[in-house]
Amino acid sequence: MSRELTYAEAVREAIDLAMARDERVFLVGEDVGVYGGAFGVTDGLYQKYGPERVRDTPISEAVIAGVATGAALTGMRPIAEIQFMDFITLSMEQLVLQAAKLRFMLGGKVQVPFVLRTPAGAGTGAAAQHSESLENWFVHVPGLKVVMPSTPADAKGLLLASIEDPNPVIFVEHKLLYRTKGAVPEGYYTIPLSQTEVKRPGRDLTIVATSLMVVRALEAAERLAKEGVEVEVVDPRTLKPLDAEPIIRSVCKTGRVLIVHEACKTGGFGGELAAVIAESEAFDYLDAPIRRLAGLDIPVPYNRELERRMVPQVEDIVDAARRLVKEAR
Amino acid sequence: MNQSFADLSPERLRALLHQMMLIRAFEEAAEQLYLQGLIHGTMHLSVGQEASAVGACAALRPDDYILSTHRGHGHCIAKGARVDLMMAEFFGKETGYCRGRGGSMHMADVETGNLGANGIVAGGVPMAAGVGLSIQMQRQDRVVLVFFGDGATNEGAFHESLNLAAIWNLPVIYFCENNQYAMSMAITRASKVEKLSDRACAYGIPGVTVDGNDLLAVYCATKEAVERARSGGGPTLIEAQTYRWKGHSKSDKQRYRTKEEVKAWQERDPIARLAQKMLEASLLTENDLQQLQADVDAEIAAAIEFAKASPEPDPATIFEGVYA
Repeated sequence: MSRELTYAEAVREAIDLAMARDERVFLVGEDVGVYGGAFGVTDGLYQKYGPERVRDTPISEAVIAGVATGAALTGMRPIAEIQFMDFITLSMEQLVLQAAKLRFMLGGKVQVPFVLRTPAGAGTGAAAQHSESLENWFVHVPGLKVVMPSTPADAKGLLLASIEDPNPVIFVEHKLLYRTKGAVPEGYYTIPLSQTEVKRPGRDLTIVATSLMVVRALEAAERLAKEGVEVEVVDPRTLKPLDAEPIIRSVCKTGRVLIVHEACKTGGFGGELAAVIAESEAFDYLDAPIRRLAGLDIPVPYNRELERRMVPQVEDIVDAARRLVKEAR
Repeated sequence: MNQSFADLSPERLRALLHQMMLIRAFEEAAEQLYLQGLIHGTMHLSVGQEASAVGACAALRPDDYILSTHRGHGHCIAKGARVDLMMAEFFGKETGYCRGRGGSMHMADVETGNLGANGIVAGGVPMAAGVGLSIQMQRQDRVVLVFFGDGATNEGAFHESLNLAAIWNLPVIYFCENNQYAMSMAITRASKVEKLSDRACAYGIPGVTVDGNDLLAVYCATKEAVERARSGGGPTLIEAQTYRWKGHSKSDKQRYRTKEEVKAWQERDPIARLAQKMLEASLLTENDLQQLQADVDAEIAAAIEFAKASPEPDPATIFEGVYA
């Protein structure tokens, strides 16, 4: 059975189910308690599980990451929240130098099973320090897993899989997705990490997109279908470790690929995806160059129109796709 | 029982003296092996600081946790690690504590509660709050003791961790080994407070400064903090004033301190002080002392043989341990 839930409700339901099932699971972060989280995601959990398992912290991002690491190392299953992904800059040492590396440095003798949830993305008028998409920094760090769900059903299943996973997982939510609705199965289920999904099949062009851009790519595909262009939309869902095979297979089929993400283009995940495709057998099937459509290489602007232009919109995806289907190698 | 030895039996005191001597012998051997080119990388020696490692760990139970520092060989031995497995780690061998993946700066022995040395100054300090919370939420009666140097007290993470442990009443002992220098930066140049333990008042927790070269003083102060933590009284900040005889690491030309200063601290050798005190109290004879030294030398020689004879990691296993 499934029913319609928002993305935020799906995340909350996953946390609720995990906490009900496993006493080791607890929430820790800024304003996750009575306040319900800055975006209301943890609303009601404090009332249900109390202050010991839904723990408000002072504004101390380094020690939030430290608490997650230390508690995970000694038998707990923390879910930490960093209120805006931008603030993760203040947690970097514990995440990158400790959590990611502990198992390897200690010869495989420990596990660090925690999830760090954080909302990313522009589109809320919050400007340059509350709108960033920094996922690719973590993709670059061996030992961390990076998950970026695009639908409510994925958010729930991937979060439950992340909580079960014995590794540190950076779970990136998108603020503009929180209110989007979709069918979400009831009860406990997991969606395996590192499992790319084809969200829409098509024969003319592959769009590989992440997070909010999956939703926009699907809308673009809908419009393009009316013009007779059949787009295949592929969602990696887990960025690290990446399940590349379905992406390569799709590009072999369509011969054209557009990569879409919100984060700044330079040094973004699209570069990695392009390289993975170019290094694979799909290279021989390409009928046009690999194209990327990504955030502009600027801090996120405050002005409504400038902010809109910074991030790929549906019409940008439609335009880029139209151009690409006409391109020849 | 002699009042000046707290609740430590003569057997226990001899064991602690043995541990201090073993730490020194281990580090002196490690340095020699480095100079001979048998060990690569770098190392941070704690020669002169043995009483703080041994005194602090003596106040812990085997199931208590520690988090250690880049200058952590002493902590590791004091918490109960085997010197042969440590030496094998130094040699980068598969039999080492970290299967040759960690080396000197990441030495850990999870079985004895040592969650690892750390290459980052204050790196273990935020994690200690997490370990403390884990203990508290699992209703265990363990404690966690986190070692760090004077340099770590000027990292932002130090503040965040102490504050959180204080408000949550976590069973954490913050143990600062003030060896006077953060690499070349003298603590007198790096902080305006007279005693680093004074910083405890900023968090509303007890703070105490002890002579870090006096095993008994360190033991007693730690014991009190451990009892407080174990009984739900929350964290304590301990400052043990000590001195590292050797340079910061292998690159140190020691331009920032005088030979006279080093010599003055060497006269406060923590090992000689405890041995002398035990000799005077007839808890030890000169013969015992010689025997202890012979035992320690034999242990280290055997550890080196074990390490040399151990296999290298198989390159085919290079990806192991990145993910669980």
